[in-house]
Amino acid sequence: MKTVAELNEIREKSLGSIALRKGKEALASVSTEYKRNVLVCGGTGCTSSHSKQIVEALHREIEKNGLQNEVKVVMTGCFGLCALGPIMIVYPEGSFYSMVKAEDIPEIVTEHFVNGRVVTRLLYQETVGAAGEIKSLNETDFYRKQIRVALRNCGVIDPEDINEYIARDGYQALAKCLTEYTPDEVIKIVSDSGLRGRGGGGFPTGRKWALCAPNKAPQKYVVCNADEGDPGAFMDRSVLEGDPHCVIEAMAIAGYAVGATKGFVYVRAEYPIAVHRLQIAIDQAREVGILGKNLFGTGFDFDVEIRLGAGAFVCGEETALMTSIEGNRGEPRPRPPFPAVKGLYESPTVENNVETFANVPQIILRGAEWFASMGTEKSKGTKVFALGGKIKHTGLVEIPMGTTLREIVEEIGGGIPNGKKFKAAQTGGPSGGCIPASLIDTEVDYDNLIAMGCMMGSGGLIVMDEDTCMVDMAKFFLEFTVDESCGKCTPCRVGIKRLLEILEKITRGEGTLEDIDRLEELCGYIKANSLCGLGQTAPNPVLSTLKFFRDEYIAHVVDKKCPAGVCKNLLTYVIDKDKCIGCGKCARNCPADTIHKTEYTAPGHKLPSYEIDPSKCVKCGACMDGCKFGAISKK
Amino acid sequence: MQKKISSYPFNGTAEQEQKLDAVIAANKHDKSRLMAVMQEAQEIYGYLPVEVQRRIADGMDVPLEKVFGVSTFYAQFSLSPKGKNNISVCLGTACYVKGSGALFDKISEKLGIGADECTPDGKFSLTACRCIGACGLAPVLTVNEEVYGRLKPEDIDGILAKYSE
Amino acid sequence: MEMVNCKVNGIAVSVPKGSTILEAARAAGVEIPTLCYMKKINEIGACRICIVEATGARGLVTACVYPVSEGMEIKTNTEKVQKARKTTLELMLSTHDKKCLSCIRSTDCELQKLCREYGVDETAFEGYKPQYELDESTPHLVRNNNKCILCRRCVAACREQYVAVIGPNDRGIDTSIGTAFKVKLSEVPCISCGQCTAVCPTGALTEKDDTDKVWAALSDPTKHVVVQTAPSVRATLGECFGMPIGTNVEGKMVVALRRLGFDKVFDTDFAADLTIVEEASELIDRIKNKGVLPMITSCSPGWVKFCEFYFPELIPHLSTCKSPQQMGGAVIKTYYAQKMGIDPKDIVSVSVMPCTAKKFEIGRPDQSAAGVPDVDISITTRELGRMIKRAGLKFEALPDEEFDSPLGEDTGAGVIFGATGGVMEAALRTAHDWLTGEDHLDVEFHAVRGTQSIKEASVNIGGTEVKVAVASGGNAAKEVMDKVKSGEADWTFIEIMGCPGGCVNGGGQPIQPQYVRDTVDLKAVRAKALYDQDAAMPLRKSHESPVIKTLYSEWYDGFGGHKAHHDLHTSYVARKR
Repeated sequence: MKTVAELNEIREKSLGSIALRKGKEALASVSTEYKRNVLVCGGTGCTSSHSKQIVEALHREIEKNGLQNEVKVVMTGCFGLCALGPIMIVYPEGSFYSMVKAEDIPEIVTEHFVNGRVVTRLLYQETVGAAGEIKSLNETDFYRKQIRVALRNCGVIDPEDINEYIARDGYQALAKCLTEYTPDEVIKIVSDSGLRGRGGGGFPTGRKWALCAPNKAPQKYVVCNADEGDPGAFMDRSVLEGDPHCVIEAMAIAGYAVGATKGFVYVRAEYPIAVHRLQIAIDQAREVGILGKNLFGTGFDFDVEIRLGAGAFVCGEETALMTSIEGNRGEPRPRPPFPAVKGLYESPTVENNVETFANVPQIILRGAEWFASMGTEKSKGTKVFALGGKIKHTGLVEIPMGTTLREIVEEIGGGIPNGKKFKAAQTGGPSGGCIPASLIDTEVDYDNLIAMGCMMGSGGLIVMDEDTCMVDMAKFFLEFTVDESCGKCTPCRVGIKRLLEILEKITRGEGTLEDIDRLEELCGYIKANSLCGLGQTAPNPVLSTLKFFRDEYIAHVVDKKCPAGVCKNLLTYVIDKDKCIGCGKCARNCPADTIHKTEYTAPGHKLPSYEIDPSKCVKCGACMDGCKFGAISKK
Repeated sequence: MQKKISSYPFNGTAEQEQKLDAVIAANKHDKSRLMAVMQEAQEIYGYLPVEVQRRIADGMDVPLEKVFGVSTFYAQFSLSPKGKNNISVCLGTACYVKGSGALFDKISEKLGIGADECTPDGKFSLTACRCIGACGLAPVLTVNEEVYGRLKPEDIDGILAKYSE
Repeated sequence: MEMVNCKVNGIAVSVPKGSTILEAARAAGVEIPTLCYMKKINEIGACRICIVEATGARGLVTACVYPVSEGMEIKTNTEKVQKARKTTLELMLSTHDKKCLSCIRSTDCELQKLCREYGVDETAFEGYKPQYELDESTPHLVRNNNKCILCRRCVAACREQYVAVIGPNDRGIDTSIGTAFKVKLSEVPCISCGQCTAVCPTGALTEKDDTDKVWAALSDPTKHVVVQTAPSVRATLGECFGMPIGTNVEGKMVVALRRLGFDKVFDTDFAADLTIVEEASELIDRIKNKGVLPMITSCSPGWVKFCEFYFPELIPHLSTCKSPQQMGGAVIKTYYAQKMGIDPKDIVSVSVMPCTAKKFEIGRPDQSAAGVPDVDISITTRELGRMIKRAGLKFEALPDEEFDSPLGEDTGAGVIFGATGGVMEAALRTAHDWLTGEDHLDVEFHAVRGTQSIKEASVNIGGTEVKVAVASGGNAAKEVMDKVKSGEADWTFIEIMGCPGGCVNGGGQPIQPQYVRDTVDLKAVRAKALYDQDAAMPLRKSHESPVIKTLYSEWYDGFGGHKAHHDLHTSYVARKR
């Protein structure tokens, strides 16, 4: 692409294709090709709940009704509200259909598209007012407090069409950087915005670029870390699936800022849709001349290549990721030398994660002050969280830094299902910690989380209720890190395995108070001595649960009880002899033959009751699950 | 975990070999593309037995032990063939708290195989996987490409039956 | 050079910019323990034993890779540091078999030394530890992963040798060092060089101990037990007894061998001289008759195996001469046996070598001039050291004696075989005289001396420029052979040794802890002992050796003659990788 004018030309031409989705003012100024746009979520969540079949059904029905020239169906990226998938939104009305089934499509097409009557029954009920009026999505609890910067185009554009991206001001930021700013000015804008790395550590992005820029080398690299490995986090995937071009644009901007001409995106192979769309985006960008040589006639060259991860959590660590790109076992390297000096292929390298990059084009276009006006003193802008666990609205949300945990859980997340009580939220995955219910009013930002012994991580936020055992939770994360430890350094390779073994001992009911002390001591050692971030943060789930839920650990070791009723060895299943009607189903269900008839028959019952021999019980719970009379409980 | 090395006899075809050679030829200029070659090789053969790894090592001019070291480092690479139907249970956090562990145990018990094993008749293999990002549907498992969500252990029999005709 | 000032435990020191904390500490005379670190070869910061406290750094840092900065204050021995190191050692021990009492490396094990120094509790951590089978599949070494601490020094050493047959497999607690598909070492293209055993800090990789076989032979009254010692052994054996590196202990070694009960103590040097005259004849023949050139030496069994595995198509370039060990053995079982009137079957021919590959070489086919193996048992310098200790000999206090006749007399040319470039220099001395028909006095060819991995020289012999090359170590061998293969090489003669620096740095040489290997140029210091001996000798050319003269007048039918060919030459096999 030679000039900005060329870009603007594409933009003008494409405006019509997205105008329907932008509301009435947009419609006033441009003519649109279609009467309606139907946006179907094609993110992994909705694809898993068969949104592709919805799209097929739509095409079929639209054709049947001869609406091909009136209704355009677009498969977009993630809308965020995965719990209600598959999701479909119809413009210009903005009708939000949730949990759509292929069987519903004929009705929606005839009623809504032909007759113009929204099928209110199938809408997300929060968008339907008391009087049956349809409310904007932004008025629902889930979306009200969200501000979409990184996810701005997700669920809005067709990620496989570069023109839609350009219509949404895509590549304007790159054009502006190349034609109006010096590299130093670009770095200054990013620095002034206060943007910090969204991948976990929160290192200031501008400073990272500034460290790399002055290093002279024949080749420098920009690397996008899309090896999102935290269990429960999927924001990076959603950005790549819903808006791949913004990542490409930001990488080119970073390349210009630091003097790199080659970019790599390291994506998990487990994200096939993301990889596919990203490759399409790269191909399209090359085709229109936004990647390649002499961009916008400025003499700046930049190109991007995809490299696939192969299932190693440690590759999210930046030096391990580079080692992996180089074709090796993804083992981290000691720092210094820092990647800014000696990174990929021993060359100066800037590495940022997907969400970090996704913020950059908007920062350039709207200015550092705009971005810095959101968030808290030291954490600017917004953060995307993946809500999961025991929460109603599992899904993806983007909220300003500093939003309280209470707002996230109770309002946006819709609270805890089944009337259970909120116990804690886990952030930062296996590197993070938990925020207990007592601190639910904490404003969530980098520094507050670290002060609590937590970590932002990449933004997975797992909600736990009273049925979650915190020792078991710590054990779960340790199992994960033990599994994912690369095995290079001693503290992580052996230390966290020993840590896990102590936890296993405690959950088996064999722990002692000394074990708790040992646990703490070993945690401290591993944090201080491990080679990379994986090992250094692996003890966090243990330390943080010890800090906030020490009483649960003590219950396990002193009282030999698991208060949440999770740790099998510490449970006893008992039959309430007065509730038992003597049907014997439990005894038949028992795989270990531990349930036998007694000689006691409860008043009002005809048959003698049963009892469980606790010495033989394997605690599988089959008896309790099968009892229709509520006579069996676990303690 | 030590990766299981298959003792199944290798029965690659000439066509597969041709495909692999083409992949190697397209990548051999850059040794850092080793993993990409291995990924494509696994697509072609379904797993990476010694015969395939040796061909890659020779073609890419890297030591065989390096290829093996890489193949045992990353979870994605398999040294044993997958069953006709590969069941992959998500043990990510969201699924775990919603009981995917019990799903895994149930399948393991039903099929009589553990993680990364294949039933003797070659019909099923079982793996535990990390989050596949369908947390909204937790707990989930996949059979081949098909995703099953919001599951309870009772659902397992039905799913297995569907694939064991 | 820009310097940086820092303080190590309060001691001010100035080091070049870019130096690591470890280097600064060494400059200040402070030793920091290391386990995985090998200077320039394995700087991976993995074992975490070298952690220290340093101002300006977050938390503890690894001294081996962390650079010093101006004004940095480093504390290497605080309570915090000691406690951390102790825990690291205890964790290592929790996956270690802890069977130290009978371990070959007991007392020179780097892990054991640190455990003692830090007073570890070997039961501090217990739990899962992977169990590994012993790999005794090769004649030359034993792999015991139950003693491995995953420092990866062996992996680095093996990679430096180009072969890279061992590396890290699996991950996490189950990470282990091993071969592809975890097959036995005998099934992979290992060249038997033993460099891994020389760098292993523990007993995880050791030479296969053959001393019991030697003890058995020595106590068998029906056997005539003869020993030969390789040129480089005299320059290193003293290290087994704490003597300074580079001490030539030839005389004491001879006495020790006699007191161990060997019937004859011969010097492989005579066989080195024999190798030279045979090899020089072969070279001249190839030049004259347009044979395959460049010709490449075949003294090093590690190198020969390397060539068979990695360059089988270039085998015709290898000299067909047996190695000195095998020539020595052949002469012992033919000429010497007949002269003494002993049936070669009753002779046990033992060699003391700097080398583990020699254990492999004695079992090769086409290495039995008398119809029985030329050499029956090959032990390393380390094994001899252990035998001397078991025999209760106070080595440092032994007198000096001469080798036995008739196979104990040698020349300076034979002595320098132990260093890289030595064979080349010895060959040039003879070739120069032979081709010009003169007795040259300038015998030193300095262009082929030194410890660089590849050396090239152009030597004027009687008006003709002869181009030669010398390489040592697998990576260097690969580089040189690639040039031979592509045809861009214009060398006539190449010396290649399997181990970096040649035999003085062989895989069977005494263990030096890594801090010594980092700070002393072992190759150079040990080689100096050989060059010093050469310089002091009256005879410095192989063809002047009285043993050679006798052999060719009494026994062989001329250099490269039929009988010599039968007894002293061998053949090679292309090996599949």
